[in-house]
Amino acid sequence: MSKHTITLTVNGTEVTKEVEARTLLVHFIRDDLELTGTHIGCDTTSCGACTVMLNGRTVKSCTVFAVQANGAAIETIEGVANGATLHPLQEGFWEKHGLQCGYCTPGMIMSAKHLLAKNPNPTEEEIRWGISGNLCRCTGYNKIVEAIQYAAAKMQAAEEVPA
Amino acid sequence: MTTFHDPTKPKHVADRFENKHAAPVGSSAVVATTEEVRVTTPPEICGMGHRMKRKEDPRFIQGKGRYIDDIKLPGMLYMDIVRSPYAHAKILNIDTSAALAMPGVLAVITGKDLAAHGLHWMPTLMSDTQMVLPTEKVVYYAQEVACVIATSRYIAADAVEQVVVDYEPLDVVVDPYKALDDEVIIRDDKELKTNRIWHWEVGDQAATDAVFANAAHVVKQYMHIPRIHVASIETCGMVANYNPATGKMQLYMTTQAPHAIRTVFALVSGLPEHKIQVISPDIGGGFGGKVPVYPGYVVCAVASLLIGKPVKWIEDRSENLQADSFARDYHLEAELAADADGKIVGLRVNGLADHGCADAAANPSKFPAGLFSICTGSYDLQAAHVNFDAVYTNKPPGGVAYRCSFRVTEAVQMIERMADMMAHDLNIDPAEFRMKNFIKQDAFPYKSPTGWEYDSGNYHAALRKAMDMIGYEDLRREQAEKRARGELMGIGISSFTEVVGAGPSRDYDILGIKMFDSAEIRIHPTGKAIARFGTKSQGQGHETTYAQIIAEELGLPANDIEVEEGDTDTAPYGLGTYASRSTPTAGAAAAMAARKIKAKAKKIAAHLLEVNEDDLEWDVNKWQVKGSPEQAKTIQEIAFAAYTNHPQGMEAGLEATDYYDPPNLTFPFGSYICVVDVDSGTGEVKVRRFVAVDDCGNIINPLVVEGQIHGGLTMGLAPALFEEIVYDENGQCLTGTLADYLLPTAVESPKWETGHTITPSPHHPIGAKGVGESPTVGAPPAIANAVVDALWHLGVRHIDIPITPEKVWQALRDAGVTE
Ligand code: FES
Ligand code: FES
Repeated sequence: MSKHTITLTVNGTEVTKEVEARTLLVHFIRDDLELTGTHIGCDTTSCGACTVMLNGRTVKSCTVFAVQANGAAIETIEGVANGATLHPLQEGFWEKHGLQCGYCTPGMIMSAKHLLAKNPNPTEEEIRWGISGNLCRCTGYNKIVEAIQYAAAKMQAAEEVPA
Repeated sequence: MTTFHDPTKPKHVADRFENKHAAPVGSSAVVATTEEVRVTTPPEICGMGHRMKRKEDPRFIQGKGRYIDDIKLPGMLYMDIVRSPYAHAKILNIDTSAALAMPGVLAVITGKDLAAHGLHWMPTLMSDTQMVLPTEKVVYYAQEVACVIATSRYIAADAVEQVVVDYEPLDVVVDPYKALDDEVIIRDDKELKTNRIWHWEVGDQAATDAVFANAAHVVKQYMHIPRIHVASIETCGMVANYNPATGKMQLYMTTQAPHAIRTVFALVSGLPEHKIQVISPDIGGGFGGKVPVYPGYVVCAVASLLIGKPVKWIEDRSENLQADSFARDYHLEAELAADADGKIVGLRVNGLADHGCADAAANPSKFPAGLFSICTGSYDLQAAHVNFDAVYTNKPPGGVAYRCSFRVTEAVQMIERMADMMAHDLNIDPAEFRMKNFIKQDAFPYKSPTGWEYDSGNYHAALRKAMDMIGYEDLRREQAEKRARGELMGIGISSFTEVVGAGPSRDYDILGIKMFDSAEIRIHPTGKAIARFGTKSQGQGHETTYAQIIAEELGLPANDIEVEEGDTDTAPYGLGTYASRSTPTAGAAAAMAARKIKAKAKKIAAHLLEVNEDDLEWDVNKWQVKGSPEQAKTIQEIAFAAYTNHPQGMEAGLEATDYYDPPNLTFPFGSYICVVDVDSGTGEVKVRRFVAVDDCGNIINPLVVEGQIHGGLTMGLAPALFEEIVYDENGQCLTGTLADYLLPTAVESPKWETGHTITPSPHHPIGAKGVGESPTVGAPPAIANAVVDALWHLGVRHIDIPITPEKVWQALRDAGVTE
């Protein structure tokens, strides 16, 4: 199996590694970089547990080869908090009980982050569509929606505070 | 054949319960219903009733959970599985040479290799047997045939392709009714050449026949509660780590019942139990699917034992959907009888359980059809009789739960559909019909015709509240107006009774192990504590709710209590988390262990305050002198004294363990109302509103209870409208990926509206009943009843779940509504 050297930025840190051509990005992130917050829940690009940000847009990392991420900037759940300060989405999921087993949560947070970047003030309907690529088996989604609404409000309020 | 009793001499559940549950398990006074969640501790203590944010969340929201696939040990190998492309076939030969020749492949394990150690068969939790790897033939599609062990998961997957298996296809039995003919015998390993597994009867047949003979109205319906799969977002897996130097086998495993699994592993493998440590790490959802032992687990452990290195096995989603234990698959012929006044008097059910190739249900051993006999539901009727057969077919083994307490969902789907059908036939509003037939509040504890003693209930209050929340009378008016315009709108009700918390040791065991559960609490000198349990959360929030129970009892802040589960080397023995049993059993054990600590704390306080124990009274978090509360010792002060200044002659330390054996099960209930709009052109069903009023007794954490209900409702919506595991006539699974087996997303899942009433359990130490599964049980019939309600005037009496657009469209076509 041919090997390739790839260089990419993961959560702000540059990494260079040799990978097989067929290595999936999700396996690269989990096994090679040991960032196990990104999860795997299916083999048909259906569940979204593996969602990460690639150059600012969400991808299902089970459906991207690591070599395709050469030169890209990747953000995973481990890069979402600002040091010890939780991101408003992380806070929202905690406050509003937006998680139970927590397995879908990293992917959900990444999808929600992308949604709020595009649409800072989404309606409930827009939130539901925004996370419709992510399956959750535990929560029934109500509280995930509330968590995202909490984050949206908090991020909006932070924007409005004069510098 | 596993026969649980001689079918010619029906043994009734009622017999077993006689003079047992009749013992006063609580006060016979009527248990009052309230709506107010009881809170007795301040927020800094956060005992019961507080909407406490979950203690376990920080690690999950930062991607720091530790699930099975996150575990990486030095030198770890990977296992992958060769699976059968046939549902029934003889194995002629397995050629492993090409796979073994591949660099990085260490071993290919077949049934023959396991047979050399007597490990090619294993017991199921229902005392049936199941192949680990086959030596003669395969009996279901995607069955495990051989396992490859390699240095990476990619090499293992490559090597699976190189294992060449010669099969000779055999006739396949997919239809359980055909299986009854015994023309093709699936389990020819058994002495009796039949596909029948067991026969079971409950209730009084003669009394039921008599009631039916005199009934003014009878409704009759066949229904199939189809095969579904829990599909937790995390699949199953194991890391087996055998250390040849110490002889210790560590099994990291996605299991809901680590202790029972340790015992089963010890008995099956012959390894001494103290040399087996089962560790259930963070679990990405269980719902019953992580109770059984699958062949992959066994081979993974054997591989580590043989090779002496850690071996990891993680299922793919398609393997998970195609080969793990399924739920449901009950075929029911039900008859409900009513008198001339519209009062239900009798119920008769004939059931056929399709168990696939093995009875691998996880029911208590005396209950082959689980707790299906709760099927008289919330209604006060005179007699009932249930008659069940179970058969083998060429499908994966099963009969596990799907977020439900042992077959209660099937029972509730049946009785709630039948009640609705009767109401419609008699032209009585379904709400009014239920109100008329409910067991009355003052009839509790209520003895059901199938032998249960319902602990407490107030069904009228729950339904009335749901009707008020949704605006029932207005909706009926709207429906009439719409119907006049030709629009299809339906309102469906489900007023269910659950039975959870298995269970009292006299009747409940799994493979002989009694179904108690346990808690161990240790208070450290500085007043912080660790508590360990025999259960295992898979997202239910035990780290928070157990801490709140202890906080309530001892006044220690919930945040000062570390809760641990899932490591059999440290936690006390318990049967695990499934069937909504954690709060009824281990939750009770937490309270009882805390009370033992409180009793010792009282002695220490008396010593410190130099008073007589009888002069002390408890107040939130301290023992104080009656009449002079300024003289008091807090639990923290007492804890410190327990290690530094305890009375002479008393054992030092402040800890206690409790193994709780419940006196009865608990009976949560609720009333759900669903409003649907049906598109007459496409047959699409849209759930417009859904109100769920649950009564799970006293509430430990309202936030967590709401979460459990929302999640359960979506898992109830799923089989009602979307999910079914489907096989073709060759036994091939047609729904083997999440692209074919449809889990609801945030778009299909409606905005759930929830409410509660509180009718405590009179026999549970904290009056709680368990809630995780009520909504999965209660939601499907509410949705199905709503759809049928929308179509009843067109002559539609019943549609089996999942109610897909195609089925509705077909029903509308048959009714002449669409072309
Ligand atoms: S793992 Fe399911 S979408 Fe990637
Ligand atoms: S929290 Fe368990 S899958 Fe979403």
